[in-house]
Amino acid sequence: MKTYTNPTYEYRRAPELDGPTRHCQVVIVGAGPVGLVAAIDLAQRGIPVLVLDDDDTVSVGSRAICYSKRTLEILDRLGCGEPIARKGVGWNIGKVYQGRELAYQFEVLPESGHHRPAFVNLQQYYFEECLVQRALELPSLEIRWRHEVSGVVPDADRVTLRVTTSDGDYALTCDWLLVCDGARSPVRHMLGLDFEGQVFRDRFLIADIHMTSDFPAERRFWFDPPFHPNQSVLLHRQPDDVWRVDFQLGWDADPELEKQPARILPRLRAMLGPDAKFEIEWASVYTFQCRRMQKFRHGRLLFAGDSAHLVSPFGARGANSGVQDADNLVWKLELVLRGHAPECLLDSYDSERVAAADENIQNSTRATDFITPKSAVSRTFRDAVLSLARCYPFARKLVNSGRLSVPKVLSQSPLNTPDGATFDGSMVPGAVAADAPVSGPRGDWLLDHLGGGFDLLVFGDVVDTVRAAELARGPIACRVVQVGGIERHDRIVVDDHAGLVAARYDGKPGSCYLFRPDQHVCARWRAFAVDAVHAAIARATGQ
Amino acid sequence: MTEAIFDMAALKTGSNIPKPDDFYEELIGLHRELTDAQSALVNAKLILLLANHIGDPDVLRAAMAAARADVVGTA
Repeated sequence: MKTYTNPTYEYRRAPELDGPTRHCQVVIVGAGPVGLVAAIDLAQRGIPVLVLDDDDTVSVGSRAICYSKRTLEILDRLGCGEPIARKGVGWNIGKVYQGRELAYQFEVLPESGHHRPAFVNLQQYYFEECLVQRALELPSLEIRWRHEVSGVVPDADRVTLRVTTSDGDYALTCDWLLVCDGARSPVRHMLGLDFEGQVFRDRFLIADIHMTSDFPAERRFWFDPPFHPNQSVLLHRQPDDVWRVDFQLGWDADPELEKQPARILPRLRAMLGPDAKFEIEWASVYTFQCRRMQKFRHGRLLFAGDSAHLVSPFGARGANSGVQDADNLVWKLELVLRGHAPECLLDSYDSERVAAADENIQNSTRATDFITPKSAVSRTFRDAVLSLARCYPFARKLVNSGRLSVPKVLSQSPLNTPDGATFDGSMVPGAVAADAPVSGPRGDWLLDHLGGGFDLLVFGDVVDTVRAAELARGPIACRVVQVGGIERHDRIVVDDHAGLVAARYDGKPGSCYLFRPDQHVCARWRAFAVDAVHAAIARATGQ
Repeated sequence: MTEAIFDMAALKTGSNIPKPDDFYEELIGLHRELTDAQSALVNAKLILLLANHIGDPDVLRAAMAAARADVVGTA
């Protein structure tokens, strides 16, 4: 590749080869996006964590390139949102063409007043490099490169691993094993665990090209364009003047042949014109699958990311959902490890993220059925929708070139306390906190002031000093974040200068929202009562 | 017709078009000089336009079930 050289991380000989077997609280298999996010989150919480990876570099090729607003918000809490947002290319507009003509365009995030954009495009290798850099800053986090997990023995009270290195094999034991070893998950295979779903009979060519162009940073999707008839094409801008072109090829295409530059170049010339100057950076031919494990928790093994669930790339629901898996899991694991919550809290990781995976798979399957119609009549309806979309707004809602990743609203979660009062808006129990501009001690955004632990967002000075101290005490502390009022030492006070916190939360004087450590709403009230808050925290922690 | 498995109460199945013969003539006329593929596209667009106009999911589901019921025999 012209624009990027993969780093090589140093292999180190394991001390266990010459000494006693080590026992770890948490071992993570796989230093990809999901494993690294989980490792950083755990280490930030002071939990020692060991990451094992069978390779010694970041992603080879750009692979996952669209990182969602929610991913950036999670990374902000982990101290690496800013470098990734700065390096990435932000975008918010999607355009859908049929043939040569624009069928319609949409804004992914139609409102302002959010810190992070709807998406940034960034090559996966940069994304992983930022995470590795952050990981190296954390003293309780160790990554072992070219240490391959070659055996897993799960027991009731621990997991025993065999690790293979160039210097020989060694054993490790751990309380909890986070399996983040990707779509082909060697650990899942070793244990013979299920992975059920659907394989789609279609092939796609990804070509990353280096090209100076003044195309705007938008997602452009063509159905049946003149330069690639009867198939679809997707175009994304990445940093370093790299562009991602994704050509639908059909099931009969020969993957080996289609990877050859001699085959790729004419396709690109047809699209970009005879005079366009570009070089191919990286190319790959892929098929895809929508499938998931039946359960993401198997005793002391917790599966996250692609090892647990796979979707088509249309909608950017792969890496983004994996990052949300880690975000959901880690605070629960910390509470269990510290003995502040029962082990069954981890079953809510399973139920919440299985529900999220099902939503992602449903969206991804529907998009795939629209992009790759499976019958003549399905194709006819698809073309009818696209044709109507040019004139009629209703049909634009039916066009499906991928429903872009938004976080799952965990409305069925057993951790939620049901509403006892009515609220307007979308901040229902289970929803991720909506951001809004504020002035506060931790930054200019509401989300800078939420997360990590439990937070009680209150509208007005309704929690007295005694109650605030009571909430801050105990094994599971809850911080008070107050909207409006004068600064107090026992809470965070933010100024809702644009009125958007009140608007987005239907906040009236006295309204309270309880947020989990992953910034999801888990309870809300129209008036503060300390006992209700304690009960909701107990419920949200499996007690 | 077999017994409908969907709630048919939502769907008007008595005569509701003021001049049935006029409508039918126009419907057939709509497809004049079209190829089968063009006709299929026009039909699909018509279904989508009407479905959006109706909007009510119960009515749409009942109509879909009624349309398919005796095509595939007992459902």
